[in-house]
Amino acid sequence: MSSLTYEATGIPVESEEADPVNRRVELLLGALASSVLLFIAGMILFTLFKAWPSFAANGLAWFGAGGNVDAQLTDIFNSPADPADYIYKLRAWPLIWSTILISALSVLLATFIAVFSSIFIVHFAPGPLQKLIEPVVKYLAAVPSVVYGLIGILVLVPWINSTFITEEMRSSVAYVIQLDGSSVMAGVMILTVMILPIMIALIVDSLRAVPLNWREGALALGVNKWRAVRTVSVRAIRPAIVAAAVLATARALGEAIMLAMVTGSIGFAPNPFDGFLFFMEPSRPLAPSILDGEEGLSVVPFGETMYAFGFILIVSCVFFSFSGWAIRQSLGRYSIGAR
Amino acid sequence: MGIESADEVHDRTESGIPPIKRIVVNGEMPPVRVSQGEANGAPTHIAESFVIDQGAMAPAWTEERMKVESLGVRFDRKEAVKDVSIEVNSGEVLALIGPSGCGKTTLLRSLNKLVDLTPTAVRSGRIMLDGQDTDLMDDTLLRKKVGMLFQQPNPFPMSIFDNVAYGLRERGTKRPGKKELEPIVVDALERAGIWAEVSDNLSHPALSLSGGQQQRLCIARSLAVRPEVLLLDEPCSALDPISTAIIEETIVELKSEIAIVIVTHNLQQAERVADQVGFMYLGDLVEYGSVEQVFNAPMAERTKDYVRGDFG
Amino acid sequence: MVSGKSRRPIKARGSRKVRARGVWSIGDRVGLTIAWATGIFLCLVAFSVTIYLALKGVQYLNLDILISRPEAGTEQSETGGILDPMIGTLLLTILGTAIAAPIGVGIAIWLTEYGRPSLLARFVEAGIEMLVGAPSIALAIFGLLIFQNSFMAPFSFTAEGGAVFGRSFFAAGAIMSLIALPFVVGGTREALNSIPKHVREASYALGKDQASTIRRVLLPSARSGIATGTTLGMAQIIGETAVVVVLLGASLQLAPEGAIPVLDVLKGTGSTLTSYVYQNSPAGEGKAPEKAYAAAFVLLLIVIALNLFVNQISKRGRHTWG
Ligand SMILES: Nc1ncnc2c1ncn2[C@@H]1O[C@H](COP(=O)(O)OP(=O)(O)OP(=O)(O)O)[C@@H](O)[C@H]1O
Ligand SMILES: [Mg+2]
Repeated sequence: MSSLTYEATGIPVESEEADPVNRRVELLLGALASSVLLFIAGMILFTLFKAWPSFAANGLAWFGAGGNVDAQLTDIFNSPADPADYIYKLRAWPLIWSTILISALSVLLATFIAVFSSIFIVHFAPGPLQKLIEPVVKYLAAVPSVVYGLIGILVLVPWINSTFITEEMRSSVAYVIQLDGSSVMAGVMILTVMILPIMIALIVDSLRAVPLNWREGALALGVNKWRAVRTVSVRAIRPAIVAAAVLATARALGEAIMLAMVTGSIGFAPNPFDGFLFFMEPSRPLAPSILDGEEGLSVVPFGETMYAFGFILIVSCVFFSFSGWAIRQSLGRYSIGAR
Repeated sequence: MGIESADEVHDRTESGIPPIKRIVVNGEMPPVRVSQGEANGAPTHIAESFVIDQGAMAPAWTEERMKVESLGVRFDRKEAVKDVSIEVNSGEVLALIGPSGCGKTTLLRSLNKLVDLTPTAVRSGRIMLDGQDTDLMDDTLLRKKVGMLFQQPNPFPMSIFDNVAYGLRERGTKRPGKKELEPIVVDALERAGIWAEVSDNLSHPALSLSGGQQQRLCIARSLAVRPEVLLLDEPCSALDPISTAIIEETIVELKSEIAIVIVTHNLQQAERVADQVGFMYLGDLVEYGSVEQVFNAPMAERTKDYVRGDFG
Repeated sequence: MVSGKSRRPIKARGSRKVRARGVWSIGDRVGLTIAWATGIFLCLVAFSVTIYLALKGVQYLNLDILISRPEAGTEQSETGGILDPMIGTLLLTILGTAIAAPIGVGIAIWLTEYGRPSLLARFVEAGIEMLVGAPSIALAIFGLLIFQNSFMAPFSFTAEGGAVFGRSFFAAGAIMSLIALPFVVGGTREALNSIPKHVREASYALGKDQASTIRRVLLPSARSGIATGTTLGMAQIIGETAVVVVLLGASLQLAPEGAIPVLDVLKGTGSTLTSYVYQNSPAGEGKAPEKAYAAAFVLLLIVIALNLFVNQISKRGRHTWG
């Protein structure tokens, strides 16, 4: 480190292209970095390869609805040992619907909360509260999902069961499912808390990057502070909010453990036309489905079905992460964004 | 009830009646004087009733609008403004001149309390608006009356129209429609001398305008909300002579209605538009008097040198 | 005015002022109220999670649990302790970090110091972002796919007949390293980026080439960034459950495989604190929620400690480049 104190002599050594050691270091590190890309490509391809029989056997109907998905999974698991007799029939819509539903609801809810709380953190929290709340957000981000899941299954689920679910509700759906508090609602509530910190971190960063003289301009016109923040700062960072929501979606889609614990683990597609009851219905998104089926991975057709779930998840998560990253990159160029 | 709330009064001005008429509007009101609870006292109980106070103090604002009493502003250790006392009168233009870095902008930003946004800033002394201590007023209400144009153009990242309409849309409790806004926006753009250039692309983003155009757009933006006191920080620094002439014309036109403070490095401009001139040097208000007196018979040696162009 | 000269610091005032009418519309007030509510909501969630687990932890955690191994039992009192899961967490963290740290630092160096061709560098950046977003459960089953191959047998739990299960500390550690990797890269890049150009130029001027500048000047200066990134990565590993459940199997006790000490454990299966919580919760088989609470509390303490540690190093390591 002592070498840092020497003054530059003014002769910048521009390039060392000729030096073979240097060249080799660069190549080695470059290869290491590129292996990340290879890995991702490999992961997607191998998973697809492994999942192919399931997709091939079902065609597009794989994504459709029809029948009881849990019963279908059981049939697949109990396939005869002869590869020629493997059962693949699957209509995965309830799982896909549950994934979309729970992710979308929690991302919507989290976006709302994250925008407001970021405004609060950056512009309105009194000094001491501001000092407290930022570590709190970091801490919330660091709590393991299994801890959230444990609290969910032991506290939140019984609470929902006793507070929101009436006997009429129970009996009205008793012919298909049993309501016990493990529900869409429990999943959405906890998932929201889990993705909030990521979103807040990004939105707070970009709010801080909004040029002060815009806000000053609004204030000088006699616009109150809240309105100035909302109409100038928040308006300016809309793309950053989108980026945050997109990245949070990737995180929400991939959450397995917590959702496996609190959503009831039943391959049921909650019906929005059930009204409020809809939130009380159990379901099971794709990621927890893989976790639940983890023991059966060695049963060939069942394993292949699980890899099909995995493939859908990887592709959508990679898509969302990439989009979020790309939006943030373009933000950087206009200097209003997180990073 | 004989008492009007401030925003009702303001709506009146927004709907086109020049602010000066307010004296007539509130004129018949009984002069209810609310105790000021001297400077360092707890201001809360007064703040609630200051709205009434506005009307009550009506007779006071025929002439003097703002009064700065031994204002001092520090940034950490650095004193930017030292013990400045100055008045801003309606019907007059006050020009602040002085070398770069002498505290003109800081003084201006104190008048609408924007300097409070700088975390390191510490302000002392008093600034009165119509006999009311501005520290006891709501910041937003103060800034509704005291408008400001910044030294650096700072158009919002939205269309030209939205920029000018911004203040009118966002500062009231109700949002006026586009029809109501249009004449006001056009008028403001005309007064700022930019209408001809932007008339057919009002929906273009303001940030794509040139520097000088942005500056005039910002002038239009601060004119559109019809402030009662207008603070202009080097409004013509980036403008050509023609645009400058239009702005100066507007200033002269407006001064019969409102009080104007203008910071300028252009001494001819100060001579042309100003009635009162303040010369600042290193945070001190060295000289303050009528334009004839400051330019023709300055009392301080420094002022003499500066207006002759010997330094600065 | 006598009081005109009194010094009144700006920041001390203002907050007490009552808002004037006509300045704040109903919508503004509602918005501000929601902002306050959400801010306080965040604090409430954090505190209630912590306090609830602390209460349960104090209730169920004791020294006995910490030093005894998990047992199979029908009563909660018979299910033993969390020694094995704690060792499992430690092993997996060390293994994952040991793989992720050097690779991550290497990638970060390449991205910041070389980054040629720039298109490739952009792709690698995007790839790292995708790793952050990749679902851990998908990474886990992909890991299984790799480690089930017979050529991976030396690293995996195997059955008598030679079947390779693909489950072991090695397998879980390898996949965990991918989860920690983006954090190491992020921390290191941030630190390297904050080193001003003139530092590099000074080193070149002394006749050092790029490689030795990196090794002797940049890396030492980026130490705290690397430490921050690595610690954040560790926190991810410690909190990860899906990978453990899939790649370490369901046995709560460490199940060594082979004869060589240490290596046998790494080649074998076991559990971690997270998988222990999962298995003992009503969602798993254990049905020992008291033990799950105890383990979750230990987990939370570790996370809090790591968080504090990160704060400490990033505070201490903040360089001021003169
Ligand atoms: N935010 C700030 N933080 C610290 N010091 C400041 C700040 N703003 C202004 N100053 C200091 O206060 C002094 C007065 O600045 P001010 O901007 O008022 O000068 P000015 O008279 O407007 O100059 P110019 O003619 O160049 O615009 C300067 O010395 C400046 O360094
Ligand atoms: Mg200035």
